Amino acid sequence: MKNILKISFRNLKRNYRRTLLTASLITIGVIFVLIYTALSGSFKSYTVGQITDSMLGHIQIHKKGYVASVDNLPLDKNLNAKMLEFVESQIKDNPFIASHSYRIKFGAMFSNFTSTTNIRLNAVNPEDELATLPLLKDRITDMNGTLKPGEIIVPELLIKGMDVKVGDTIVLVANNKNGSVNGINLKVAGILGQVMGPGGRDGYIHIDDAKKALRMNEVEVSEIVLKLKDVEQLKQAEKSLQPILEKMNKMGKPVFEIHTWQQLTPFYNIIKMIDLMNISIQIILISIVLISILNVMMMSVFERIREIGTIAAIGTPPLTIVKLFLSEGLMLGIFGAVLGSIVSMGIIYVLGIIKITYNFGQQTGLILTPHLGINQILSVSIIVIIISLIASISPAFKASRLDPVEALRSY
Amino acid sequence: MLKAVSLKKVYTSGEVSLEVIKNFSLEIKEGEFISLVGPSGSGKSTVLNMLGCLDTPTSGQIIINNTSVTSLNRTQRANFRGENIGFIFQSFNLIPVLSVYENIEYPLIMVQNLDESERKKRILKLLEEVGMLEHKDKTPDKISGGQMQRVAIARALVTNPKIIFADEPTANLDSKTAHMIIELMKKIQKEHQTTFVFATHDEKIVANVDRLITLIDGEIVEDKRIVR
Repeated sequence: MKNILKISFRNLKRNYRRTLLTASLITIGVIFVLIYTALSGSFKSYTVGQITDSMLGHIQIHKKGYVASVDNLPLDKNLNAKMLEFVESQIKDNPFIASHSYRIKFGAMFSNFTSTTNIRLNAVNPEDELATLPLLKDRITDMNGTLKPGEIIVPELLIKGMDVKVGDTIVLVANNKNGSVNGINLKVAGILGQVMGPGGRDGYIHIDDAKKALRMNEVEVSEIVLKLKDVEQLKQAEKSLQPILEKMNKMGKPVFEIHTWQQLTPFYNIIKMIDLMNISIQIILISIVLISILNVMMMSVFERIREIGTIAAIGTPPLTIVKLFLSEGLMLGIFGAVLGSIVSMGIIYVLGIIKITYNFGQQTGLILTPHLGINQILSVSIIVIIISLIASISPAFKASRLDPVEALRSY
Repeated sequence: MLKAVSLKKVYTSGEVSLEVIKNFSLEIKEGEFISLVGPSGSGKSTVLNMLGCLDTPTSGQIIINNTSVTSLNRTQRANFRGENIGFIFQSFNLIPVLSVYENIEYPLIMVQNLDESERKKRILKLLEEVGMLEHKDKTPDKISGGQMQRVAIARALVTNPKIIFADEPTANLDSKTAHMIIELMKKIQKEHQTTFVFATHDEKIVANVDRLITLIDGEIVEDKRIVR
């Protein structure tokens, strides 16, 4: 095999301009795919991280039917104490779950004493919420310590629109589920930066204040947000929560519903589109490699018919001729994949130093941190190498099937 | 060592058939220095290709060293050629990407799979025999036509074949070089008892063979032994 590779290498060297041109095409294709993958991966992981770790969590548990009417923030679809006790018993020792947080979600009137607007609120236990959403604290500015009862964290758009400052007192007026109205005074404790997707513009208050404002006599929760130890195990974690889904009420209908972050945010469709575009780019790369190598190997066979005739005449078995041509295609593929990977890593390193910023929706100055995992490099390289081999199969068999007499006669 | 019995070769194109070899029978003994002669189109090269297992007859049988080569498949024929037959071509047909040494080494690696020390021993001996030792590291484009044919002879001999087929081996050489190549082949035939079968027009070869077979229209019209 060593000798076959040696001869193949020299055959490639013989037409070095063509070899370089083909290898460059493959290299450029590999660079294009890897850079695109790294950039889109950076955008994707940043945005997914923001959505899950500062807003949605990884999984949410609600009373059945809550998510369908989430826009109304219904208070009559809250989880009661008995339901919470059941869910708690199911998630307590679940190996996939790192932490969880209870939320009461409701809408209220927000008044700065001169003007009034509406606001959507998450009422939480701050310690649990911060443990479940580790990036939430990065969204909060101008705040000392954690949220305490009597305080509110106001979304930045509302801060600007209502002309309030940290330290100001505001009034929240809310209807409870029975329709009675109640108001509480709260101090603005911090400003909440917005993120894309549902819930990205919700304010935060302490759960005790919500109970007071909504006059809740018993424990009630709109949703339970779960953080997983490893987000890659989302499917397994979701499956492990199956007993919660199987819990039925007296009428034999499900009590709970469980949604992963992917089901809760429309951004997941953008992620799927990015993945689809990744696949499309890879298909383009595969086509480039396939056509380039097929073209070069076919030309190589036609140019070397007489030579193939000679090696066949002196006793080279057809299979060895196949191996000879497959090795040439393989080497072209390996060369293009290795060079492309090295150049891509260099470009990505430089992009990391340059720190490219971008804006997405209302979020500005986001920094792209492209990163290439060894798995991505290996998968692209392996695809290129396999396609190189596949592209060489037809020319290789054509060469091996040449009639030595006809081949020796050719010029 | 070689027996061809009632060989026929028919080429068919559409509805037209052309019988280029008609009832060709021949027996060749070990160490013979034979030339097939005849006008162009008489079937010399076709016979040579069939005897050399490059081509198969439409009918008839070829037996080389007790093996019926006409019943072998493509791969078996390639293996048989590699083990038993050497070829010398009019255009030398050296592999351009390999050096002189590597061209001779090629059949030993690809066909006979010999270990390196044995290969080296055989190749250096042959390079010395054909007078190309000092050019062993050159590629074919750096040596003359005569030198290329010497390398081709060494390549044909390196597998220790019982029989060598040479199709117009001197056609691309000048007279002086052709003479030297013929002398070299005669010397090898004597020293190695290798059988040489030529297809040629070259009078210089004809003047040196010890058996002359004349073909016209695919048939042997004369089989003459020449005592020198």
